[in-house]
Amino acid sequence: MADVKLAFIIHTLPYRSENSKLGATHAMSYQTVEILLEDGQTITPALCYVGDAVLNCVKDQKAMELYGMTSTETHIKNCLLVDMDVMVCKEDMDKFGITEDRIVDADDMGADKKVQIVPYAEIKKVMESANHLLFF
Amino acid sequence: MGTLSIGVFSSLIGSMSYDFALKLADAAADKGHKVNLWFSGNAAGSPLKGQKHLKDYSHGEKPLRAIMEKGVEVCTCEACSVARGVNKTNAIEGVQWNAMHWYLAKIYSSDRVLHIGGE
Repeated sequence: MADVKLAFIIHTLPYRSENSKLGATHAMSYQTVEILLEDGQTITPALCYVGDAVLNCVKDQKAMELYGMTSTETHIKNCLLVDMDVMVCKEDMDKFGITEDRIVDADDMGADKKVQIVPYAEIKKVMESANHLLFF
Repeated sequence: MGTLSIGVFSSLIGSMSYDFALKLADAAADKGHKVNLWFSGNAAGSPLKGQKHLKDYSHGEKPLRAIMEKGVEVCTCEACSVARGVNKTNAIEGVQWNAMHWYLAKIYSSDRVLHIGGE
């Protein structure tokens, strides 16, 4: 098995606990995992925000000003910058009244990737095709 | 026999999730499975040595040492641990120190992954 697909499913609120941030940072560590793997072995992560966790994806977070810590927004931007697939559930956004223009992007960092706003059915497909699921 | 990787994110005290993870690792090792245990988040405070076993609280040090003697590989997230005041000088010997990619690398070669989330 050359490539292992991991689905990081984030379902927790930002800042209420450390969990959602840990989900993003664990996913991002795929960038350096090759130092511990053999040649040809790869890990492909997908980062999916569902339920209350869609609030992690709202832009213009002020965590550094208010808490003195890196925002969840910054972590998501870094994930986009390293070309990770980041998805957010459209139905759950609608429940909170979050419109597409309020979702994080990393355009200012020059990222090619965008957060993909998708129906839950798409996230379900990601989960079904993953080798392992990691819930945060 | 298979390889099982368990990611633990809950605190030693505050829920029984950590206690469950160690007991599960112990049972799997007894059956001959290869077990990897990853501590991150609040679980990364648990490798602190010198824990006092009070009967009102779950206790981690003794069972952690016991499963490592059985060959269970235990690794803590260094950043998560040092942020909680646990460092190599006050940590339980035998616990490995690494970054999150250790967990992903262990997952790569695992037959099953159990991810036990935090609070």
